[in-house]
Amino acid sequence: MYGVVVFPGSNCDHDCYHVIKHVTKIPVQFIWHKQDSIDKNIKTIILPGGFSYGDYLRAGAIAQFSPVIKAIKKFADSGGLVIGICNGFQILCEAHILPGVLMRNKGLKFICKNIYVRVENNKLPFSKGYSEHQVITLPIAHADGNYYADVETIAGLEKNNQIVFRYCSPNGEISGQYNPNGSMGNIAAITNRDGNVLGMMPHPERCAEELLGNTDGRRIFESVLI
Amino acid sequence: MKVKIYTKLKESVLDPQGQAVTGGLRNLGFNTIKSVRIGKVIDIELDDMQESEAQTLIKKMCEQLLANTVIEDYSFTFEIDGK
Repeated sequence: MYGVVVFPGSNCDHDCYHVIKHVTKIPVQFIWHKQDSIDKNIKTIILPGGFSYGDYLRAGAIAQFSPVIKAIKKFADSGGLVIGICNGFQILCEAHILPGVLMRNKGLKFICKNIYVRVENNKLPFSKGYSEHQVITLPIAHADGNYYADVETIAGLEKNNQIVFRYCSPNGEISGQYNPNGSMGNIAAITNRDGNVLGMMPHPERCAEELLGNTDGRRIFESVLI
Repeated sequence: MKVKIYTKLKESVLDPQGQAVTGGLRNLGFNTIKSVRIGKVIDIELDDMQESEAQTLIKKMCEQLLANTVIEDYSFTFEIDGK
């Protein structure tokens, strides 16, 4: 079963719920941010996109203290799967469940468009459905997607294969011109050391149905079943 | 007692907002601007207490919430009796 966390200001929770329930047909329930325990039937938790607490102070800064975050830390420590999408990624970084921080986009604009990412690690529960270095199309919609961490942290992420997706050209070339927000190393998604917590800026729940013209994102949700 | 807290991006971190404001100021004719970096001021009013106790509390607040110490530095000053 999946759980989709809802913070005040989350706005992609229903899209995530819809994709899980009606497209992948996996049971799913909402988790209100004030809950301090997780239903034991839930094996994967999604922290969806949006503007939790209005992005006040910093995106994700206040959500890190919601009661549910303690429960999510315990859940992740026992191997539960967590997917943080956009604001969810920001929350995971502020809560120190993932390293680094998502800063204001280098160009200062809110960017809303389809981009290409290359799959850097297809051995994770979330990425098993993709082939090595597969290029997929995902939409982004954010003003604070510029991933930053200090030199040692980035080196550690590279060494431990914690980088999951990088922004790239349509044929998989990683270079600055295909980086929409200035993030270090064109990083679009990372995982924690144990590989059970994913943080990603693009929105896979917006490209999981034929009706919307792109299903490249569906495999992230279905990969956990393989 | 009142505390003024300043948070700022670390010097090593790119500040595109500061750069945009530099451009804006120059467009207004302020050509002697070398650089701009933008931070935040947070005013907190605390129950009266010993300054050392307040220092400890404020430091905790900064480390836990008010500043993201991955990219920000913080400093603070106390206002006692309106000074």
